Amino acid sequence: MYTQALNTAEADDRGLEDAAKAAQFQARIDAEERIEPNDWMPAAYRKTLTRQISQHAHSEIVGMLPEGNWITRAPTLRRKAALLAKVQDECGHGLYLYAAAETLGSSREELVDAMLAGKAKYSSIFNYPTLTWADIGTIGWLVDGAAIMNQIPLCRCSYGPYARAMIRVCKEESFHQRQGYEIMLTLCRGSDEQKAMAQDALNRWWWPVLMMFGPPDSASQHSDASTKWKIKRFSNDELRQKFVDATVPQAQYLGLTIPDPGMTQDADGHWRYSEIDWTEFKQVLAGNGPCNRDRIAARRKAHDEGAWVREAAAAYAAKRQHRQTAQAAE
Amino acid sequence: MPVANIQVSETPLVLYTLRRADDALILGHRLSEWCGHAPMLEEDMALSNIALDLLGQARELYTYAARVEGKDNDEDKFAYLRDVRQYRNLLLVEQPNGDFAQTLVRQFFYSAFADLYWRAMMTSCDTTLAAIAAKSEKESAYHLRHSSEWIIRLGDGTEESHARTQGAIDHLWAFTGEMFAVDDGERGLIDAGIAIDPATLRDRWLKTLSRVVSEATLTLPQNNWMQQGGRVGRHSEHLGHLLSELQSMQRTFPGLTW
Repeated sequence: MYTQALNTAEADDRGLEDAAKAAQFQARIDAEERIEPNDWMPAAYRKTLTRQISQHAHSEIVGMLPEGNWITRAPTLRRKAALLAKVQDECGHGLYLYAAAETLGSSREELVDAMLAGKAKYSSIFNYPTLTWADIGTIGWLVDGAAIMNQIPLCRCSYGPYARAMIRVCKEESFHQRQGYEIMLTLCRGSDEQKAMAQDALNRWWWPVLMMFGPPDSASQHSDASTKWKIKRFSNDELRQKFVDATVPQAQYLGLTIPDPGMTQDADGHWRYSEIDWTEFKQVLAGNGPCNRDRIAARRKAHDEGAWVREAAAAYAAKRQHRQTAQAAE
Repeated sequence: MPVANIQVSETPLVLYTLRRADDALILGHRLSEWCGHAPMLEEDMALSNIALDLLGQARELYTYAARVEGKDNDEDKFAYLRDVRQYRNLLLVEQPNGDFAQTLVRQFFYSAFADLYWRAMMTSCDTTLAAIAAKSEKESAYHLRHSSEWIIRLGDGTEESHARTQGAIDHLWAFTGEMFAVDDGERGLIDAGIAIDPATLRDRWLKTLSRVVSEATLTLPQNNWMQQGGRVGRHSEHLGHLLSELQSMQRTFPGLTW
């Protein structure tokens, strides 16, 4: 068990969600105060955050797989070290986020079990395969770029532990994003084969990356409450537009073509993208993406094959504790 | 970069440096295979960390070997454009990860040696090797602590973990002798004060092993037959597969910048 002893469950049991407490809670949120683990909070706020933070943690951990796929094949020793360090960072983010989720009263084991059982989601983007080295550059540039766009506002999220975790995560993500762009730049300044590899990767990742921001505002289920609680500060479509506006000039600088022939720039300078194929998004979300089964299978395999190691560590810790107690009694 | 294997002028110092660089690269590569697949997230972090340290050591040693050789080679050419017969690492470090016990026993055998080795090399009259040793010693001390703690936990954990760890010790033991062997070229470097004689480390290495293994309620094998060949490029079948993966990009797309 990793759960810290917090007085949360007790508070829920007593059913203290009376109107006065709820109003006081909302007043604190409106005053931009941070909510901390031991503070009173509505059950729905706790549930929403547990879901969001644990999904975020699962995404970091599952996200290690597509990039990890290239650690043993990175083309130079410098790239190999940078990629390994990057994937290690993602693991650190996962750990950090599970710890933040635990402050809301769920253990890491419970959360991980839900993911392994297919009950908890992780970011759909990691259900796409990394086929070439250019995919590693593209993930850094676009996937981490989109993640930063989503996460910068979360540094001001009303829940203190999540907001603080995001500050650190964003710093590292922004380093990863620059690293990814630098891989793309190297490819685009390289041979025709390398440029083609870069363009092909952009073609495959562009639309899935736009889907990372979630369904259009007209169809989003969670936004209203999350906005009121200042967990979410910008809508899916607002963030998506910000990302597109930031990314188009970067693609132009690389000499790559965004795979959206219908894209136009409006009078205000915004790049207007074509209709997103939400059928694909729903399919991937429903478990039918190219790698959904592989990703979960890989995580289950690591978990199952590691069971004897975790049992051994627990058995040893218990023996040691027992010996220390016996020694103290002598 | 051409697709063909590079030629290396293996003077005693170049060869000596390449052997240590290859140890670090191959072991680091093996550890990096765990990233994303370890028994717990803390070990994904720890094994990646150790892999990064080893990769860093390999890069410094390759760069130095290239400087000493004074030709057109560099760290990437050494890593990506030599085939199995040109690799000079210990057989121990190329052994497959197996289960977590096998990975940790391999690490423990190597780190218990590397910790003593790098500490001793800090007195090398070759200032570059002495500087690399000073950095590597700090890292190895942590690697040894990490693997020792796991050997004790696994050995004294459950019946299953005990059996797996004892099995790994018995399996990998025959690959430890190579760490203490010296050829004529290395003998010359030892006499010149550039290298240290690894045979002088064996008693202390064995003492560390015995202490940890006994606390772990495990035993060291009595069998003293030792496999050799890695230092002269006679490897196990495992290394070729590792290299085919490691080198795939440079072999497929020769001569490009990445």
